Amino acid sequence: MLRQLAARSLARRSGAAPSGSRLLHSTRPVMADVTLTVDGKEVTVPQGTALIQACEAAGATVPRFCYHDRLAIAGNCRMCLVEVERSPKPVASCAMPAMPGSKVFTNTPLVHKAREGVMEFLLANHPLDCPICDQGGECDLQDQSMRYGSDRTRFHEITGKRAVENKDLGPIVKTSMNRCIQCTRCVRFANDVAGVEDLGTSGRGNDLQIGMYIEKTMDSEMSGNIIDLCPVGALTSKPYAFQARPWELKKTESVDVLDAVGSNIRIDSRGVQVMRIQPKINDEINEEWINDKTRYAYDGLRYQRLTTPLVREGDKFVPATWEHALETIRIGYQNSGAQGDEVKAVAGHLADTESLIALKDLVNRLGSENLTLDQPSGDAPPVTGVDVRSNYLFNTGIENIEDADAVLLIGTNPRHEAAIINARFRKSFLQRGAEFALIGEKFDSIFAYDHLGTSAKDVADFLGGKGKGSGKGEFAKVWKEAKKPMIIVGSAVTEGKDGAAVLKAVSQHVLKNEGKFLTSEWNGFSILQRAASRAAAYDIGFTPSPSSASVKPKFVYLLNADEIEPSSIPEDAFVVYQGHHGDLGAQFADVCLPGAAYTEKASTWVNTEGRAQDGRVAVPPPGVSRDDWKIVRALSEVIGNPLPYDNVHQLRDRMWDVSPTLVRYDNLEVPSFEIQKVGLNLLSSLSASTPSSTAFKKPIEDFYRTDPISRASVTMAACSKAFTKKEYTFSDEESGDKQASFA
Amino acid sequence: MSAVRSVLAPLRRSALAGRRTFTSSSSRRSESLFVHRDTDYNNPSERDCREPTDPVQIPFEFDAENLKRANEIISRYPPQYKKAAVMPVLDLGQRQNKGWTSISVMNAVAKLLEMPPMRVYEVASFYTMYNREPVAPNFLQLCTTSPCQLGGCGSTKILETIENHLGIHAGQSTKDGKFTLIEVECLGACSNAPMMQVGDEYYEDLTPETTIKILNALAKGEKPQPGPQSGRKTSENSAGLTTLTSKPYGPGEFCLPEFQ
Ligand code: SF4
Ligand code: FES
Ligand code: FES
Repeated sequence: MLRQLAARSLARRSGAAPSGSRLLHSTRPVMADVTLTVDGKEVTVPQGTALIQACEAAGATVPRFCYHDRLAIAGNCRMCLVEVERSPKPVASCAMPAMPGSKVFTNTPLVHKAREGVMEFLLANHPLDCPICDQGGECDLQDQSMRYGSDRTRFHEITGKRAVENKDLGPIVKTSMNRCIQCTRCVRFANDVAGVEDLGTSGRGNDLQIGMYIEKTMDSEMSGNIIDLCPVGALTSKPYAFQARPWELKKTESVDVLDAVGSNIRIDSRGVQVMRIQPKINDEINEEWINDKTRYAYDGLRYQRLTTPLVREGDKFVPATWEHALETIRIGYQNSGAQGDEVKAVAGHLADTESLIALKDLVNRLGSENLTLDQPSGDAPPVTGVDVRSNYLFNTGIENIEDADAVLLIGTNPRHEAAIINARFRKSFLQRGAEFALIGEKFDSIFAYDHLGTSAKDVADFLGGKGKGSGKGEFAKVWKEAKKPMIIVGSAVTEGKDGAAVLKAVSQHVLKNEGKFLTSEWNGFSILQRAASRAAAYDIGFTPSPSSASVKPKFVYLLNADEIEPSSIPEDAFVVYQGHHGDLGAQFADVCLPGAAYTEKASTWVNTEGRAQDGRVAVPPPGVSRDDWKIVRALSEVIGNPLPYDNVHQLRDRMWDVSPTLVRYDNLEVPSFEIQKVGLNLLSSLSASTPSSTAFKKPIEDFYRTDPISRASVTMAACSKAFTKKEYTFSDEESGDKQASFA
Repeated sequence: MSAVRSVLAPLRRSALAGRRTFTSSSSRRSESLFVHRDTDYNNPSERDCREPTDPVQIPFEFDAENLKRANEIISRYPPQYKKAAVMPVLDLGQRQNKGWTSISVMNAVAKLLEMPPMRVYEVASFYTMYNREPVAPNFLQLCTTSPCQLGGCGSTKILETIENHLGIHAGQSTKDGKFTLIEVECLGACSNAPMMQVGDEYYEDLTPETTIKILNALAKGEKPQPGPQSGRKTSENSAGLTTLTSKPYGPGEFCLPEFQ
């Protein structure tokens, strides 16, 4: 099977393919159970489980450096030695499968001695620079040497400790290669998960070193994860270098909002500052990874902030009190004479669910249905409709995409729109042999795909069994034989002029092959959203009425709308901007109201799967800025139309009334089979123009600068320069200007 | 006065005892570099951006004959494991590239075998017989492992001889570009110690005299007779055969007639 697979992948390597041939080292686990005894305690684990995990299950911790449960097994650090009955030597428990009936001991003199020996060898060449090492306090080597390390060395190498030159991997990863213990976690992550096949080991034996051999940056949007993976301080974070010690930080578990994946994060803060962002494990969403934007855009939270209300006087903004600002809005609203749909609200990418609800309620109370979204053709009702959830959500579920055996991407670049989902694609590409095809703009992918076309016409042709990639074309065959096919339509497609045509063709195809796309355990039709607020906006019906697009607004309320098309705001309209950054949207405003960023408010976020998650407050909002929904609530009072909720509980009751899914946190509510079909029938009967052959465009040109936070971030600017524009200047070791030798 | 001195003495002593001595170890750098540096004799032919000050490109491509051989080697492995051919193909490249594996050779191999270049760099930097720096046409690899150090006159003497004769140290090349000398570990000819390898040939049972003779011949562009320089055949007893002196019997001899 595997051989076949590999042969197939080899034969199909198209021009767009990455150089990676698939790794053939992992197979699907067989789920039978084995029982063994660990330290006298009986445990039952699935067959094929590593011994180290069986020990874990029995409550015995085994020290480790190279083993990581989400990476391939290397077995090269030898720290995880345990004693197994009738085995002549200690056994590396990570590289040994659990065997039925074996007796394992993790706490015997033999085990201790063995581990102490390993530790002594590791420390023989390790620099003693813990006080100036950024890993201090969260270093596996430091922690484990407390238990297994000797307090003095028996090595007195006259030639000195091994010295390895530092590598420059780009603006994110800082290296201090003397500290490396050659566990190869970073190499395995880069190759298997991130798809950077340039990281490896060169040399051998004592001189083995980690690097790219040639001078190169680690060009990946997932590179920050190797910093977490590195068990020692060899790979640390450049933006966070020497900023804080882990024990000084307050840890808050929250959700990321810089894309629509909703990665779970842990916000580490000190005082009122976010010091760093780390991933939080959630197997259903981001596993243990987050992308670099999620991780490093946080410094954007410090710059360009709106900290006080601003009122425009002539051509400049003047700081004002809240009373003054809200009063100005009231007067502005009255003077504008806006009636009905002339009151227009625009919701941007970073608007939280609470404020969306509040704003919708307010605008509705003012007699308007003109609720638009900050996206191309956002002032028309979305083609997907909002009546059936499954029409605009990622129905397959992030976790389940690994089961797909053939994936058709339409007008989307998952690498930039949802990097975490993209990493799952690589996983299924490498391990399950999934096949991929793309209709849309080509991108630099970490899995091989067939490029079937660029436009709506190509979609219709392919699904109709004509055109490129059909007939004798390979992917068509794969597609026909696939048991769990999956179609992913990018959000940019649904916003484009061919949106209806594409959705129509796709839904018809899905309905025709219902038996494969919609079964009790598989749903192969997904829309990939790219903005954190979008799914929630659809859920609560934050969409315009068909007639409102033709109305010229007199009063415009921009809620975090920073991608706005200037021409959509009439010159003479009164404009209010509410948001946290002085980005694009604020420039048009007559009054700016300072809101809170995602790390500063308790709010609900609905990800592209439709999963509601709870964002928590890590730090207070700066200056006099306030929670967004409270601002809207206060404004409603001033305008004389108070909203009926005074605290967040009442507001969430209201959310429950609108859609219970909004407050069932962490739950993925999958609509029933019948409802999905109703939705697809709606889509398939859309009145669409004939699909044109205009090429789809990637909605995200620069992954590192997509929203006000990342645009304000210095780190993201450096990344954009290095990776998007490829203009990185390598620091010169000899001149030593960038990294001091001790750092 | 002496009283003052005797008061000060313990003070001075205690000051000394309180002084900490710092010891720092020197760093141990590896003998060869395990990273690539662009030089004017070794740099990849393809690069994203090129500054005018960058050294000229040194491209490499397999010639038709080697390509044929490479393809033959590749055909020995299953098609999806093309990369298994990396070692012999690297060797082919090294041979075509005057005995050393430049970064362009590695890139060419990666391209041919459809594997990420780093996987080739890993192999090339792991094995010591891929020379990642240029070598002279006469590439002397002198074995200095224990048996060679002990056998015959001992490899230390041979090393001295070569170094004095050529005026270079191990790891260096002569000015005229004819010789490169390195020390290597056991080459598996211990019974004919001391020995050295020149190109693909073994020269064994060396003495200072025979070594110089070989070097002189090589300098003139001749190819001295490889093998033991003492005149014996392979690793036979140098004092003459003591066993197995009779003619070995052939197949069928002394067998029952039906097997003859
Ligand atoms: S750099 Fe860190 S993660 Fe990579 S091999 Fe070295 S110790 Fe392991
Ligand atoms: S954890 Fe088992 S060998 Fe490294
Ligand atoms: S020790 Fe020199 S060849 Fe073996």
